Amino acid sequence: MTPNLESALQTDTVFRTDNLDIYYGSFKAVRDVTMEIPKNAITAFIGPSGCGKSTVIRCFNRLNDLIKSFHIDGKIFYKGQDLYASDVDPVEVRRQIGMVFQKPNPFPKSIYDNIAFGPRLLGYKGDMDELVERSIKSAALWDDVKDKLKSLGTDLSGGQQQRLCIARAIAVQPDVILMDEPCAALDPISTLKVEDLLQELKENYTIVIVTHNMQQASRSSDYTAFFNVQANEKGQRTGYIVEYDRTEVIFQSPKHKATQEYVSGRFG
Amino acid sequence: MALATDNTQGMSWHRTATSRFLDKGFFWLTAAFGIGVGIILLAIAFQVGRDAIPSIQKFGLGFLTATRWNPVEDIYGAWTQIYGTLVTSFMALLLAVPVGVGVAIVLSEDFLPPRLQKPLVFMVELLAAIPSVVYGLWGIFVLAPLLQGPAMWFYKTFAGVPVLGSLFSTPPTGRGVYIAGIILAIMILPIISAISRDALVAVPLELRQAAYGLGASRWETLFRVIIPAAFSGIVGGVMLALGRAMGETMAVTMLIGNSSNPSPSLFAQGSTISSLLANQFAEADGLQVSSLMYAALVLFGLTLLVNILAELLVSRVKLKM
Ligand SMILES: Nc1ncnc2c1ncn2[C@@H]1O[C@H](COP(=O)(O)OP(=O)(O)O)[C@@H](O)[C@H]1O
Ligand SMILES: [Mg+2]
Repeated sequence: MTPNLESALQTDTVFRTDNLDIYYGSFKAVRDVTMEIPKNAITAFIGPSGCGKSTVIRCFNRLNDLIKSFHIDGKIFYKGQDLYASDVDPVEVRRQIGMVFQKPNPFPKSIYDNIAFGPRLLGYKGDMDELVERSIKSAALWDDVKDKLKSLGTDLSGGQQQRLCIARAIAVQPDVILMDEPCAALDPISTLKVEDLLQELKENYTIVIVTHNMQQASRSSDYTAFFNVQANEKGQRTGYIVEYDRTEVIFQSPKHKATQEYVSGRFG
Repeated sequence: MALATDNTQGMSWHRTATSRFLDKGFFWLTAAFGIGVGIILLAIAFQVGRDAIPSIQKFGLGFLTATRWNPVEDIYGAWTQIYGTLVTSFMALLLAVPVGVGVAIVLSEDFLPPRLQKPLVFMVELLAAIPSVVYGLWGIFVLAPLLQGPAMWFYKTFAGVPVLGSLFSTPPTGRGVYIAGIILAIMILPIISAISRDALVAVPLELRQAAYGLGASRWETLFRVIIPAAFSGIVGGVMLALGRAMGETMAVTMLIGNSSNPSPSLFAQGSTISSLLANQFAEADGLQVSSLMYAALVLFGLTLLVNILAELLVSRVKLKM
């Protein structure tokens, strides 16, 4: 890792991976991921399709556990705790590490019940109305929905649905929010709204975001990891991190030619 | 400009006459089918209603609550059969809904290895393919003897209990309302489980991931997200099953005892509207035919009522979720 990154990371590290290899069955999808994700910052994952960005981000909240063939080699630490230790309950992990998906996926319930879903699971005892309002406000959605909290979340527009999903993730007061291409299905204006939101959220949350949008990564993120994919002799395409650094370094003076080509749009 | 005109000509904006004809023809054909189904339904309702008029004029709404079905004196009331229909169907639902939805859950989640799951799904669906007369025979020769012992125990234990005891107030015989209810439960089980399973499987993976992502366990995900999202489909399956149970004739006629004596007891012999129709139509004439038509109309109405209630239930629940 580069020296200036290291000094930045000394502040606080949320995730640390150590020689992480990720498999689906015998297929090695990603190899040798060694990285640290700093607290209260936005870390972006960029790279061509199929290089394993989603695979890596889903390891951070153990969502890959749902896939039977999935397993890892190496370690992931969350605040020093081995995330895949046998005594770690993945359900507990996901309560602290929220996720927003590529396709907005509100429940077919009211807007209110969408937000209250997580807190109810946790047995939240406080003022639910207040928590719902606060969460929707932090997702910059309050003005859009304040008069129709009882109507279906699925009836909102795509951009509103995605902010609803962000609000829903915030409502359980996680430490980290993982976002896997949260703007991929949104129009440009909704995208900008979500990006503005990211800047506000990073005061209180650590954010890891996968994005296909170079401008989004360079505008919004503090750190950027560039992933690439390489076929081995058996034709298996395994992803790996080419370069991970401060976002300005990745976009202005990357050390690798592949990074340079990718961020300038000449590749992928 | 020249290029543009060339283009439009080359791309053939005009569809061939055959293609347009097929499009139109297809529209009219499907429209005719749709309207045809409606017409058939109305025609049946009209015919049955018309033939029922003499009985309706004679007995009025009292037909629904009178318990006498007496061809000798030409006096008819269908309460015994309405009660039999409702009780057997309700009993069938009570037994089949939890089991059927449970089966659907097991067969829609990944509890079982696929090699076991696929044949099981197929076998459950095969249950629906067994002809109803075979269920009737099986009920007579296997189920009824098997149930005799437990039914007797129920009778001896509960007959004296106030209120609820009236359900078990007569000694069980080899035929009766309860056997019909249980056979109906088995017959509608595959309908409920197959349709519920389809509804559960159709819930998008994204919703499951959303729930897991918020820290829901498998059970919380199932009960708070997957089942609610599949609820209208499950209710649809249950209603289809209820319709089948209320209209099922052969197996019920073979097992229920075909008695027109009113009794609240599940162990008594009884009849349903369908079994009444099956039993008496062949030898009926005059007012009896008309009364049978009236009874058929009542069954029609009951089914309709159930479906409307189901629609209301589904829309209610949807708003609440
Ligand atoms: N559930 C899965 N089972 C098997 N292989 C998978 C699964 N999910 C993803 N993969 C494979 O892992 C590789 C990385 O995929 P993914 O993480 O989705 O890439 P990205 O998000 O960067 O586009 C791809 O080759 C993909 O086919
Ligand atoms: Mg992806």
